[in-house]
Amino acid sequence: MENNPGTNILDEVTQGDYKFGFYTDIENDFAPRGLTEETIHFISAKKEEPEWMLQFRLKAFRHWLTLKEPEWAHLHHRPINYQDIIYYAAPKKKELASLDEVDPELLETFNKLGISLDEQKKLTGVAVDAVIDSVSVKTTFQDTLGKHGVIFCSFSEAVKNHPELIKKYMGSVVQYTDNYFAALNSAVFSDGSFCFIPNDVRCPLELSTYFRINAANTGQFERTLIVAESNSYVSYMEGCTAPMRDENQLHAAIVEIVAMENAEVKYSTVQNWYPGDKNGIGGIYNFVTKRGLCKGNNSKISWTQVETGSAITWKYPSCVLMGDNSVGEFYSVAVTNHYQQADTGTKMIHLGKNTRSTIISKGISAGKSNNSYRGLVKILPNASNSRNFSQCDSLLLGDKCGAHTFPYIQAGNETSIVEHEATTSKISEDQLFYCNQRGINTEKAIGLIVNGYAKEVLNKLPMEFAVEAQKLLAITLEGSVG
Amino acid sequence: MLLNIKNLHVSINGKEIIKGLNLGVNKGEVHAIMGPNGTGKSTLAAAITGREGYEITQGEIWYKNKNIIGMPAEERANEGIFLSFQYPVEIPGVSMTNFMRTALNAQREYHELPAIPAGEFLKLMEEKKNLVEIHSKLNNRSVNEGFSGGEKKKNEIFQMAMLQPSLAILDETDSGLDIDALKVVAKGVTGLRSEENAFIVITHYQRLLDYIVPDFVHVLFDGKIVKSGGKNLALELEEKGYEWIKEQYHAGS
Repeated sequence: MENNPGTNILDEVTQGDYKFGFYTDIENDFAPRGLTEETIHFISAKKEEPEWMLQFRLKAFRHWLTLKEPEWAHLHHRPINYQDIIYYAAPKKKELASLDEVDPELLETFNKLGISLDEQKKLTGVAVDAVIDSVSVKTTFQDTLGKHGVIFCSFSEAVKNHPELIKKYMGSVVQYTDNYFAALNSAVFSDGSFCFIPNDVRCPLELSTYFRINAANTGQFERTLIVAESNSYVSYMEGCTAPMRDENQLHAAIVEIVAMENAEVKYSTVQNWYPGDKNGIGGIYNFVTKRGLCKGNNSKISWTQVETGSAITWKYPSCVLMGDNSVGEFYSVAVTNHYQQADTGTKMIHLGKNTRSTIISKGISAGKSNNSYRGLVKILPNASNSRNFSQCDSLLLGDKCGAHTFPYIQAGNETSIVEHEATTSKISEDQLFYCNQRGINTEKAIGLIVNGYAKEVLNKLPMEFAVEAQKLLAITLEGSVG
Repeated sequence: MLLNIKNLHVSINGKEIIKGLNLGVNKGEVHAIMGPNGTGKSTLAAAITGREGYEITQGEIWYKNKNIIGMPAEERANEGIFLSFQYPVEIPGVSMTNFMRTALNAQREYHELPAIPAGEFLKLMEEKKNLVEIHSKLNNRSVNEGFSGGEKKKNEIFQMAMLQPSLAILDETDSGLDIDALKVVAKGVTGLRSEENAFIVITHYQRLLDYIVPDFVHVLFDGKIVKSGGKNLALELEEKGYEWIKEQYHAGS
């Protein structure tokens, strides 16, 4: 292989380090290790929840007991011991009236992550809900949003202050019976964000939730619910990081979106959970169920995700296109390096007439990682004149990684059109030398080429996220080529 | 002397392609390297620019008084060696603006200069685009993607103009160009010629040399320079072809 410089280059560039691996020493409240009905009572009591919430959790838990972990994904990991996980961890202080009462350690943590919870210092028009381990510590700009009738708060607050909305929408898109991890989340979820955009309101700020796993041996199970009423618009962003640890930590979240007539929801994720080290030790197991329901006519939901973290990623942000003329979009960049594994994609379920969906998936594999796209396009008989366009591209860095595509297409009528395109490519030695010859070193060249490859998707991100995502792509692949 | 190549031997996969080549280039000079296909012209360009996979088994390449053998390609580029590629590479999704700014700033960083301000950079791009008569919306197009053959070659000269090299190597920049594009490329090069830089023009045909007039012409054959002369040598080659050189070479060896 001496005459294949490309291979050496790849070996070197994917040796980058995780930049968010620090741990903050905060006093915590923990649930006892393990999962029984008592655990659920404990969580519900800690959160001072109403009875109906506890009953919802218990129903989900009892159903979960009857289920088996899914095995169909192209993923390999040691069995997860669900009795060895702490299901609730919360920084001790609570009921915060102002920022002054937030533990300075916590503020420092978010500052280190580049997230300012201080509204005075905030320059960009983004409202943030900061969730650490099992609880939300601070939601900014609630007053500003309140003036427009927008509700943006932690899930726990929503359960207390807006029970009618939670009862109506929670579990309406992702039922607790949906799958193994959805049932688990429904039983033990601890916090997350809730947003509600009333009729005819264009949300004046970008909304964002920042998730941070901090405590050891814990799992994170958050729930996000977004409801966009008729003629409303919201752009929502989600970011996440975790400390570096040798153990694998479980993250199982649910995101539900409901879009009514003419409403549009843009949901962007930059997922950067700790991916494990170069030898595949540690890292987050990320099992997430995300689904949006285009309930009203002409509604639109678009998912944009940049997935660079986690040892294992299992997620398929989906759209159920129920309203006529509704639109679903999925734009994804998934990067795997070292021993990371990703099985990710989407489901586009066309129920309404003239519904349209677009899928652009860009997989980048380096090191010894495996990256799979799995997507379902299902057009039901009544969804006449529907259209789907899917494009799944894979980029390989090196010759020890894998890229896989599992498209499932079910077209139930004759007036609809489904298109699927797929490509696999490698960064060529010619491209690298061309950059080198212009004075650009190989590491920068790979960042440039990979960002160019992913541009179509990165362009869909809000500005605030796009820059972060571009840097993240380059960092994730540092040391993958040489 | 800007570039001084001494007894250079280059192998690819163990096969010797350049077999003892000597070449000296001073500032302000234009050297043409001509010769039939497969005699090592492009290999010479690769060896000077530091492409991996080209093994230098013997000899020295002195550039600005440093032996650059072993120096990484990007460092050589930042030291002012530029190659106009015979086959420019496409980089999808990377805009020319982004690419050129990254390249220019890499060069500036290497020389411990601050990054170029955005306004100044865009002004520079406009100025250099005019030089090679690129009127299209080059800035937002991906590097070489969907460019015609002529556009690709003009784009190489444009990049050269942006990076202001001390030593530019043009590897068959004339191949595949119609006469109008050829004139534009030649005009671009002529406009960049100065007492401070030098050019090595690798070409098959005399055609380009009507527009870029060389100070020296060398004939490369079987991995060596077998004949050198002034610009008239190119005309002689055009007239007589390469056969007489081959005959002379074989008779002499």
